[in-house]
Amino acid sequence: MPIRLSRPSRPSRRTVARRLVPAAVVVALVAGLIAWAVAPAPRSYTATEAMLTVLSGPSGDEPVTLDTTFYLPKSASAQHPVPAILLAHGFGGTKASVAEDAGDFADRGYAVLTYTARGMGRSGGLIHLNSPDYEIRDAQRLLDWLAARPEVQRDGAGDPRVGVVGGSYGGALALMLAGADPRVDAIVPMITWHDLADAFLPESTGSGAANGVFKRQWAGFFFGRAAAVSLPGSDEAAEDAVDAGPGDARRSEGADDPGRAEGGPRVDPGSSTVDTLGEASCGPFAVEICAAYLDVATHGRASPETIAVLRRSSPAPTLSRIRAPTLLIQGQADSLFPLADAEANYRAIAATGTPVRMDWFAGGHDGGDGPRRDQDRVRYLTIRWLDYYVKRTGEDPGTGFTYSRISGFDAESRRVTTTAFRADTVPGSPGAGGPATVHLDGSPQFVFNPPGGNPAAISTLPGAGAGTLATALGRSALEIPGQHAAFESAPLAANTDVVGAPTVRLRAASPTGEAVLFVKLYDVDPDGGASLPFGLAAPVRLTGLPPSIEDAEPVTVTLPAIVYRFEQGHRLRLVVATADQAYAGPNDPAVYTVALVDGASGQVQLPTLVGEPITDPDVIWRYLLAGLVAAVVLGLLTTLVVARLRRRRRTVEVVAGEVTLPDGSTRELADVPLVVRGLRKEYGDFVAVESVDFTVHRGQVVGLLGPNGAGKTTSLRVLMGMTRPSRGEILVFGHPLRPGADVLRRVGALVEGPGFLPHLSGVDNLRLYWRSTGRPWAEAHFEEALEIAGLGTAVHRKVKTYSHGMKQRLAIAQAMLGLPELLVLDEPTDGLDPPQIAEMRRVLRTYATNGRAVLVSSHLLAEVEQTCTHVVVMHKGTVVANGPVEDVVGDSPVARIDVSDVEKARGVLSRLPGVREVADDHPEARPPEPGGQAGLLVDLNGTPRTEVVAALVRAGVGVDRVVPRRRLEDAFLALVGGDTRASGER
Amino acid sequence: MTTSIVDRPTAGRVRPPYSLATEVRRQASRPRTRIALGFMVVLPLIILLAFEFGGDSEETPTGGGAFTSLVDLATTGGVNFAMFTLLVSSSFLVVVVTALFFGDAVASEASWGTLRYLLAIPVPRARLLGVKFVVALLSLVLALVLLVGTALLAGTLRYGWEPLRSTVADELDPWAGLVRIAAATGYIAVTLLVVATLAFLLSVSTDAPLGAVGGAVLLHILSSILDQIDALGVVRDFLPTHFNDAWVGLLSTPIQWDAMIRGTISALAYATIFGTLAFWRFLRKDVVS
Repeated sequence: MPIRLSRPSRPSRRTVARRLVPAAVVVALVAGLIAWAVAPAPRSYTATEAMLTVLSGPSGDEPVTLDTTFYLPKSASAQHPVPAILLAHGFGGTKASVAEDAGDFADRGYAVLTYTARGMGRSGGLIHLNSPDYEIRDAQRLLDWLAARPEVQRDGAGDPRVGVVGGSYGGALALMLAGADPRVDAIVPMITWHDLADAFLPESTGSGAANGVFKRQWAGFFFGRAAAVSLPGSDEAAEDAVDAGPGDARRSEGADDPGRAEGGPRVDPGSSTVDTLGEASCGPFAVEICAAYLDVATHGRASPETIAVLRRSSPAPTLSRIRAPTLLIQGQADSLFPLADAEANYRAIAATGTPVRMDWFAGGHDGGDGPRRDQDRVRYLTIRWLDYYVKRTGEDPGTGFTYSRISGFDAESRRVTTTAFRADTVPGSPGAGGPATVHLDGSPQFVFNPPGGNPAAISTLPGAGAGTLATALGRSALEIPGQHAAFESAPLAANTDVVGAPTVRLRAASPTGEAVLFVKLYDVDPDGGASLPFGLAAPVRLTGLPPSIEDAEPVTVTLPAIVYRFEQGHRLRLVVATADQAYAGPNDPAVYTVALVDGASGQVQLPTLVGEPITDPDVIWRYLLAGLVAAVVLGLLTTLVVARLRRRRRTVEVVAGEVTLPDGSTRELADVPLVVRGLRKEYGDFVAVESVDFTVHRGQVVGLLGPNGAGKTTSLRVLMGMTRPSRGEILVFGHPLRPGADVLRRVGALVEGPGFLPHLSGVDNLRLYWRSTGRPWAEAHFEEALEIAGLGTAVHRKVKTYSHGMKQRLAIAQAMLGLPELLVLDEPTDGLDPPQIAEMRRVLRTYATNGRAVLVSSHLLAEVEQTCTHVVVMHKGTVVANGPVEDVVGDSPVARIDVSDVEKARGVLSRLPGVREVADDHPEARPPEPGGQAGLLVDLNGTPRTEVVAALVRAGVGVDRVVPRRRLEDAFLALVGGDTRASGER
Repeated sequence: MTTSIVDRPTAGRVRPPYSLATEVRRQASRPRTRIALGFMVVLPLIILLAFEFGGDSEETPTGGGAFTSLVDLATTGGVNFAMFTLLVSSSFLVVVVTALFFGDAVASEASWGTLRYLLAIPVPRARLLGVKFVVALLSLVLALVLLVGTALLAGTLRYGWEPLRSTVADELDPWAGLVRIAAATGYIAVTLLVVATLAFLLSVSTDAPLGAVGGAVLLHILSSILDQIDALGVVRDFLPTHFNDAWVGLLSTPIQWDAMIRGTISALAYATIFGTLAFWRFLRKDVVS
């Protein structure tokens, strides 16, 4: 039977295709998906680099070369001009710092011009710190250049439709350009300043920059940084923008290194002017800027000239002239340009009636781009603003105030996460909610100002932890014992949300009449852990102080604005410290006295603003989850209900009909253990069973006989419901047999060898098996089954120690558990020794009494012949003979007679009518052995054996024995045509 | 062997075959179940001993964020110790155990040759598979409970009943910490459904238990590796293991649910697909072993 051999070795081309095609489709889909996600989309724009020379300076005649890149959408043309965006970078950066943002805007259909500001990168000129005569004029010339592009939309001659976007240095440029040039249509200034003098010389009691405390760490950081940029071969450093603002998360490593951060020009403490040092000390800075820096950095105080220079470089004076709708975006984690700067810009612009909107996000010069959700929000706000006011599409974004509050830690990005809010008013406006008052306690305290300002408290490390948790939560803040006074509140009764700048009233005394103090508001958790929100401190310089605290007048200190939730049970701690790492304080040692307003008690006013939470886009996932769970549950229930209904319908299904017995009588199908009709099973192209029909009646032991691979086992598999027939049906007591059909309960089986849990004993296996049926214990007839197994005490050993024969016997016992009405045994004597085989025959014959039936499959002829009442012979997937064993064998007349004298016997037999000796090539029929004793194969041809024996005996021939020949073998060989050898091994 | 077989089986209504209790008995008798569950008890003790005898190390493991903090804080209390144990075992050990329980469920029966006898009892295939799935699920839950319970008990006995600490939020009352641990365990169980149903699908598709278990673990590792590649961008969100660490959001105050919700959606979606495929396949396949 070459068919069987072909199954594993040669799957047809169609089978291969059937397996390969879906696999290939899946692989292609996955690969395609990954490629689609990874491959860069083709750029929708062109980028053209150019060195543009523009005329600038106070009189507009000083040429300067600017390094520019012009991004033009491919859709833009002279016929279809597009609006433009002028994109400015941060301090110490170049146009490359904003390349990614420029690409995003270009993708959205804007022509984008980026350029490196003068004094930086490859652009010429010196840094004038956004001077109206230089940087601002440069930008105006770039507007002219944009107006000359035919692809750029124009509002009038020489008036391009343009928005200006930038962060920090670029943000101030946007504000100042809009103040200077009415051609600007909208601006989005981010994390930028209001008044540069106040930014670098803050004073929180409102006495102005002249009295301010120098923010030396940030200032030195920038001065040194820009100088480094100008040195030859430092392009890389320029790329590593310090101050690029949102859109550029890269931060200088130097920020972690105070030595490097302060590594600006070395200034002799005695000198104060550029003249004595020469211009070499100025690097790329214009002399007046350089002089201003050296002035303030040397003395820690600013002269009126310095303040004037810084103020010229500020948006503050020009804000009242801004007509371009303005979207102000400011960072909460920003000790350089705090939220108050945006607030001041907002008020000034709003006062002119120009549409203005403000957003506070959880990032900034200290906090970077902020959490993902904030980045998305800021981007969305920017795009909507520009689309409405520049491209003139979309909805009116409206005015007002939005902010986000850090609400926790996001596991996925390992960063903080925020919740966004919307409010109609800005903090501190008349419409905002009234302040919450929290009482503080603490007696007056002495604080020591160390000589040279060292050691100093650390409130923040400028630009250090971009977006890290430590910065946001202010855990890195450090106070020096003896150098600060602390006043604490009682635990808060409720969560308190602060949006804006808290204020506190304090008194201080100083023997010198003057004091520089840093006021900070800590959040103290119930375990005593203190954190300084965003690491922000309010520096104050108090003058005219009395030496005694009793005489001190209270002053109001405005603390840095924050968006922060003080949790219920936490305390507020007001800390008033002397020296601070980030600021320049007095060098002389002193002891100050600090006290609350009223003896040992005072209060802090916390501005509250009840914002309306902006629906978190992630909320949709919750609905999605609920929907998914509902769908899964519903699907599961439906499946269960449908399955139950179908099962109920199936169990009552009995095929009506009758079977005709050979004797002509009929019997109800429901009373016939097994009817197989037209059974066919294909595995792909391989036909295992062609067509099989047979019947097993009660009381019969039916042998299913056939060479290996005839289809016996496949038929039994179908019978046990393990596989489905391709065609035809099997009826067990009239029930059509399907996988799992209930009627299988009336069938016991051993198919394809025993199967047991190897780690359990034989008896435990049988117990577990019966337990699996769910039927009552009494029905099992457990003891009888064990007796049939005949394993003795071995039945308590683990099955894995059994021999094959022992397993086989246990399996037969298992099949007989519950005494099923139809017993199906596949090669039951496999592995049994002769006495056991004999016993098994007896058991099976006994079993088939009482209306039960047995179906035994075997390839052993003798076994079937001796055990079975009926036989079904299969060959190549079909039934070739079927009926009682005698019928199949036929009334074969052959007998083997062992006689004492062969020659004589032949003579006797030849005289009997019809009887003849059969030629035989079997070993038993070998020629007579020496001595004459031998067997003869004789065709009796109807003559009774008794008669033949009598004739032989009468003639004096000794008859040793007379046995019928192994007749089934003959019949079998005749049926299968001697073709068994090709059937292959089992 | 002198038996008289005369009785006819009594007909009548019977209990449904193959009850949950039967499968529980079947699985409980298996050495692999006992070893796997036993290891869940032993592992926390091994970790505890490692902390006891490991001494102080200057080197802090990299990896950042809440994870480092969990390592640093592991010995500050029983609840923290349990959190740490959960952290170190959730990425691989528990995955292997899950794959073992589910991948082995059907394939082992096939390899022993007992599957055909169960089907011939007859146990309806859907019932057999359903019972096996439920019991494997119970085993998984038991394994997680044993792991966390032992860690809690051992950690509390050694380090005390201390508040749950993390660097990302305030200290939590130990009882509140217990609730967080329970939630974390629950979330991990949900994410494990992916590898569970995948192993189950492989289990009904092969006769080799090792193939099903190993295949599921391999695919899990593959997904984890792909998840490390940032260049895959948005594809990573669709990887079945992408949100597996989202339970650390439970350490934050307030709890960060978003990633966990998306992780649950992802896990349920995959589990539904794999589970449905497993049933669909098993109900239709030819059992030839």
